[in-house]
Amino acid sequence: MTTDLETWGIQHAQGARMPPSLRVLRYHLYTYLRTWRSSLTTSFLAPVLYLAAMGVGLGSLINHHVGTVDHVRYLTFVAPGLLAASAMQVAASDSMYPVMAAIKWIRTYYAMLATPLEVSDVLLGHFAWVTTRLVLTAVTYLGVMAAFGTVHSPLAVLAVPTAILTGLSFSALISAFAATQENDQGFATISRMGLIPLFLLSATFFPISQLPGWMHPLAYATPLYHGVDLCRMLTLGGVDWVSAAWDLVYLVALTSAGVLLSRRLFARRLVV
Amino acid sequence: MSEPGALTLARNGGLLAPSGPRITPLALLGRSGAKRVFQRNVVVYRRGWKFLVSGFFEPFFYLVSIGLGLSKLVGVVHLDGHAFPYTVFVAPGLLAASAMNGAIFDCTFKIFFQLKIMKVYDSMLSTPLSPGDVAAGELLWALARGGLYCGVFICVMAGFGYVGTPWVVLCFPGAIFAGYAFAGVAMAGTSFMRSWQDFDFVFLVALPLFLFSATFYPLAVYPGWLQLVIRCTPLYQAVALLRGFDLGLFTWSLLGHVAYLVAMGSAGLAVTARRLARLVLP
Amino acid sequence: MPSVDAVIWARGLSKRFGDLVAVDGIDFDIAKGESFGFLGPNGAGKTSTMRMIACMSPKSAGTLRVLGMDPETDGPAIRGRIGLVPQDDSLDLQLTVLDNLMIYGRYFDLPKRVIRERAERLLAFAELSERADDTVEPLSGGMKRRLTIARALVSEPDLLILDEPTTGLDPQARHLLWDRLYRLKSEGVTLVITTHYMDEAEQLCDRLVVMDKGRIAASGPPSALIDRYSTKEVLELRFLGADPPGEALRGIGERIEVLPDRVLIYADDGEGAMGEVTDRGVEPTAWLVRRSSLEDVFLSLTGRTLID
Repeated sequence: MTTDLETWGIQHAQGARMPPSLRVLRYHLYTYLRTWRSSLTTSFLAPVLYLAAMGVGLGSLINHHVGTVDHVRYLTFVAPGLLAASAMQVAASDSMYPVMAAIKWIRTYYAMLATPLEVSDVLLGHFAWVTTRLVLTAVTYLGVMAAFGTVHSPLAVLAVPTAILTGLSFSALISAFAATQENDQGFATISRMGLIPLFLLSATFFPISQLPGWMHPLAYATPLYHGVDLCRMLTLGGVDWVSAAWDLVYLVALTSAGVLLSRRLFARRLVV
Repeated sequence: MSEPGALTLARNGGLLAPSGPRITPLALLGRSGAKRVFQRNVVVYRRGWKFLVSGFFEPFFYLVSIGLGLSKLVGVVHLDGHAFPYTVFVAPGLLAASAMNGAIFDCTFKIFFQLKIMKVYDSMLSTPLSPGDVAAGELLWALARGGLYCGVFICVMAGFGYVGTPWVVLCFPGAIFAGYAFAGVAMAGTSFMRSWQDFDFVFLVALPLFLFSATFYPLAVYPGWLQLVIRCTPLYQAVALLRGFDLGLFTWSLLGHVAYLVAMGSAGLAVTARRLARLVLP
Repeated sequence: MPSVDAVIWARGLSKRFGDLVAVDGIDFDIAKGESFGFLGPNGAGKTSTMRMIACMSPKSAGTLRVLGMDPETDGPAIRGRIGLVPQDDSLDLQLTVLDNLMIYGRYFDLPKRVIRERAERLLAFAELSERADDTVEPLSGGMKRRLTIARALVSEPDLLILDEPTTGLDPQARHLLWDRLYRLKSEGVTLVITTHYMDEAEQLCDRLVVMDKGRIAASGPPSALIDRYSTKEVLELRFLGADPPGEALRGIGERIEVLPDRVLIYADDGEGAMGEVTDRGVEPTAWLVRRSSLEDVFLSLTGRTLID
């Protein structure tokens, strides 16, 4: 590792200019290379376990009782929901404790800012890293879904960028939040009051029509609902292009707003 | 010397004294040192009570999701010749899973965080406290916090009308047994952990337990050989115990589940104490 | 056998970490009420020695008695009478300033009322009374250090161990801290201090040992060590942009040390030695005569400087 780092450093010094934010991404990749084995195992096993338990196991009861959900068997219904939800989880967890650690516990960001890197480089590098993680997660998930036979349309490949966008919308908002925190207790609150209810109630496990009418607008307001909706249309085929466009606009707008917000809050926190 | 925290906890000379080397795991829980470590948690969480309270909403969201969404898709579940609404079937399973998750969090992530990042134990061990006191105090806290959450969970269950019989009150001590089992083993696991990477392993164990231990659907879904395997796993034992209590399905096997959980927690504590004691000798 | 009034008694005390020998068979006695120092560069084995005394790390070989007890079997009892100020403070960041004292006192099983009364006094002593309800984190380095000392005193220990108490503090914070340690000393508290600052050792210690590479190179009161291993005065010569002319100066004073950036000439009469230097036609960029210090003792014992 050290030798690698030195080699890179030397090449860099000799003039191979790398955009600043990619230098930050490179840092994240180095640290990840030390742990990739176990985290790759988990990112592969999680979809297998979830699809087997919820899709196949619980699905056997559901198929027995109601036949199909939204005209497909439960496994096929739940899989794209889990794809979007796990993108949310991965992006959220990489934007909570690691950001707090880089600000307070290990203070990596301050070390970065003592070099020619600027706050926006640090932030973009962080988002580039989250994106990398999301690519790995989404591709693995889609692969596992295909193995379970739940991919019904070639458009399903577009579920990968959709999941990435869904994840980024959470990452942007949560990173902004993390930059304002003094300790990690807020993250538990975000998880318990935000991520868990979204995971449980945003159409991941059952059609939104099951919820009482007054809850529908609430569900529509959450980014996870739009991510799930889009992923589901893409993997099942039968895309309703109007609602797909609306999902997309919503996710892009939220992500952009989150990035701008975190740019401001990172600067406020790190440059004092 | 590069990692004083780990070194301190591992090699502290005080564990062997003053009661001599033979401290049984359960006796540790009664020592005043354990109480002091417990009290520190009380003071810390008194300041962070919002954090504690936000945990009360977790059962609420799970039960709402199941009640409004999944239960209509699943209908009724047959168990031991009786038919139960899905909500009634799944609630005690989720209670057991929540007891497991809480205990694992408190005895792995939290302890490791306080050990490596906050360095809380460094200063504790420069006082008369021993590593055994620290382990027991943190375990007591995990049980207390877990008990609080399980109590709230049971109340939420009752509020939604998802309880099977009034025997659900027995789920409270039942959940404490489950918490003890997982807290003991999780703490033993933490005593082997070297870095955050090892926590992927915690996840690899906890996730399949959560998903496959008859939490969400009855064991009958599985083929016979798999049923046998699942019956041996700890969360299944906890789920079966709490479900038996809640639904009033009393059989002798419930005693077996209790014995399993107590043995598991004690084994975990014994390993933790032994591991610390053995590392004391240079 | 240990003498009656020895608070700490060590013979052949060793600490190994695998192949690394951190402490290599050292002997020392520390008497009651004494202020005793371990002086040495980083890695000399000071902290390892402290941790063995504080019963936080078992010895690898030798004999150690602390307050008449054996750390191997009486750890909690010994720790109950020691106040430890570790190098990195190890304050409880999840608690307030006051709660740091309250909770720490509870670890010693002291009644709350007693701790509260002592905490009030100690916070005044540490000049932190106004910060009692603040969290620890935003405190300055000097404040954290004073709080750590206050925390170590909450159990009214017979023995206070300070591991590099002023490392990283600014001069003003150091002097305030020294002042507080003097007061403790005058109250009869036994102090054990490690440091790599010679001025700190000279100021605070009645007696000290100079440690290098896990061994004790010399021991005694600071003034006696200076008398024995150095001259009354030292002439320092600086040469900018040229190699120090070590050869040309040979024979001046009692001893000459040629360092990368300067030459030290040990002589009882520094001015006189400077006259000799000028007589030989050597013209340093700058020169000064100063009193000998423990730095010179260390240099003479090991051929190296304390802080490089």
